[in-house]
Parts: sequence; structure tokens; C-alpha cells
Amino acid sequence: MTAPAIRLTGVSRRFGRTTALDDVTTDVPSGVVCGLLGRNGAGKTTLMSILAGHDRPSTGAVEVLGSDPFEHARVMGSVSLVRDNQRYPEDFKLRHVLRVAPRFHERWDADLAAALVDDFRLPARTTIKKMSRGQQSGVGIVIGLASRAPVTIFDEPYLGLDATARRIFADRLLASRFDGAARTIVLSTHLIDEMEQLLDHVLVLNGGRLVRAGATDEVTAAAWSLSGPADAALRLAGGRAPISTRRIGGLVSLVFAGPEPEGVGAEARAAGLQVAPVSLQDLVAALGADEAAPTAERAAA
Amino acid sequence: MLSDDRPIFQQIADQLADGILAGTYAPGAPVPSTNELAAFHRINPATVGKGVNVLVDAGVLEKRRGLGMYVTAGARERLLADRRAAFARDFVAPLLAEARSLGLAAADVHRIIDQGVE
Repeated sequence: MTAPAIRLTGVSRRFGRTTALDDVTTDVPSGVVCGLLGRNGAGKTTLMSILAGHDRPSTGAVEVLGSDPFEHARVMGSVSLVRDNQRYPEDFKLRHVLRVAPRFHERWDADLAAALVDDFRLPARTTIKKMSRGQQSGVGIVIGLASRAPVTIFDEPYLGLDATARRIFADRLLASRFDGAARTIVLSTHLIDEMEQLLDHVLVLNGGRLVRAGATDEVTAAAWSLSGPADAALRLAGGRAPISTRRIGGLVSLVFAGPEPEGVGAEARAAGLQVAPVSLQDLVAALGADEAAPTAERAAA
Repeated sequence: MLSDDRPIFQQIADQLADGILAGTYAPGAPVPSTNELAAFHRINPATVGKGVNVLVDAGVLEKRRGLGMYVTAGARERLLADRRAAFARDFVAPLLAEARSLGLAAADVHRIIDQGVE
């Protein structure tokens, strides 16, 4: 196995009394598309800023491509961070952005940028500030993909994009992985169902803590759900503690951590219940459902 | 949980039928209301209604005005009869098709079934 693109060791980031990231330790392999998932306020943007060297952890160590990215020129030149709310100078139009971008990205691909501008139908005469939300997202995607940066980070690249543009982004993202050198893409999104097929690797944050990390199929295989009439479902669940419980009237839906126990499917069918795998979206929703309690505790501590 | 491979209303009907066959919903007992099922599965109540109507038409559920949907007296027997009638089509036919494509003779299939029964 090659060296990981990203290595986090005990990374915490505090802002005053708020803990935005809490002791995060993980590796992201080189060459993957990595989804950064979790609710608003889970710490996704803080982590992305740290990876890009725009911020540094309060404690712990970060390595991107083998070095600490903070104010490290070589690493910063190899990392591209596309923020969801990137600010541009007041009168900047697309051509100004495209003129400046190559200065920050040594592997900049002008032809790819031009093709992407066409794909996303970005207007040449409108200032970036006056573009629609979706067009602004398009500008960010052009910068991120055409940078060909070995580590490219997108914060919510999908905001405001129409269905066609989202498809184009997915196609271009996949194509960009086969341009010679290994490219690691980290992206945050809330459109998990739509993105799941693109993600090789996921990191799930909740309240600043890393609650799941690994290959996407392994993360989703380590959860299963049981649903149906509450009495029968709770009886079958026995002593197993669910990570989330959703109850409506006499019906209950439970999500459990761990692989689906052998034979539980047949047992469920005999009891008129449903056992099913858990989609990535359902798992992330389940993991985020109980966020209020631990956060409140930490605030009080 | 619902999957993508069959129409949603059919899955609602099948899940209620599974509950009746398993005895969770006994004859004369109510099944969850349309609104409950819609909220639980996060789907349109009209889709739930369509699934419930499949079972009403089959004589498995009956509407009690102002109260909701109830399991009929002979519901379990009706469902069993329906499913037994559909068994050859839904389970045996695909099994034989797969056996043919694998080059398994009828005798092989018989032997495998006998082994499974033991």
C-alpha cells in the first residue's frame, strides 16, 4: 500500500469554548474520492481548512502528501480548496478568475477549464458576484477540477446546481482521476444518496468527532436495519442496542451497528418484519440523529 | 424499509400481508393507519392507499367507517391460498430457469431440494 494522501493524528480544533474537531485520527488513501459527511456544524469545513493549510489544529498533527500543510509552500501548491462561499473581488468576471488561477496551481489545465466553462454554461460578462448560486458553484468546480491538484477539496460543490450540471460534475470528476498522477479528492456533501456511488472512501463526522471512517462499502456493510410492527421488532432486537430508533404509531425502524447477524433475515421474515442493508444516507442520518445530547454535555463541561 | 426493485404500493401491500401471515396483525385487529404508514416510510399517503386497496380487493382488509382498516376473519387463509397459488410462478419457475442455464437436470434439482428439506 502506498503512503496515505492525508494522515490525521489526534487532531482537535477549538474556537474559544467550542470544540469544532475532537481528537480525529485517520488516514485517507492516495487516489480516492473521499466523502466528508455529517450534519451542519459537524466540523467538515474546519477539517477542510486544516487540510488545505488555511488553518491549523489546536492539538494533534496533520500530514498532507507527507508534510504539515500549514504555511508550507510546496504542499499548499499541491492542494486546491474550493469553498462553498468563495469571495472574489467586486468586479471580477470569469476571465479574471481564469487568469489568476494558474498562478496558484502549478498543474493548471487551461483546455480543461475552457471545456468545463462550456459544460456549466458560465456567462462571460456577468461578474462572479452577480452569478446565480449554481453558476458560482460551477466556477468553483472549474477551478477545482482544472487545477489538477494532487489533493483537491470541494466544500459542498453541489449547491444550486441543476440535475444536468450535477451529472456533468460527476462525469468530469471520474474522468479527472485518470489523468496520470494519482489525484485525491475530498468533498463534503449533503446529497449523499446521489453521491454514494462516486465515493470510494468516507469520513463521517458528528459533533466534531469522527464516528465512521473507511471504504464506503465497508462502512455501510457495518450496519443493518430492522423495521416493522414495534412489539415484534423489539422482541427480535433482544438486547441489541440500536444506534437510532424511529417510532411512528405502532411501527418502529431500528438501525444497528455491526454486520447483519447470521439468520436474522429469516427470523425477521417469519415474524413479519423487514431486515435490510442501510444506505450511506440512512447511516449518516442515524449517526447524526442523537447529536443534541453529547454536544450539550460538552458545552456544559 | 422499501427497495427500488418493485412498485412502492406493492411493497406496502406485501409488508402488511407479511404481518398478517406472521400473526402480528390478527383477524379483527387494526393495521397501522394510512397516515402512519405514509409517515413511517416517508411516502405519499395516496401510494399507501393504493397498497391498502390491493388488500381490500383481495378480501384481506376491510374498512370500518371512522375507525380505520381491520384484518378480516379469513384473511390469513386467503393470503396463504394466494401465495401457495403463486408459489410455482414466483419461486419454482425462476429456480428452474436458473437450473437450466447452469445445466442442472431435473434429477439434480430434485436431489438438491431433498437435501435442503432434510
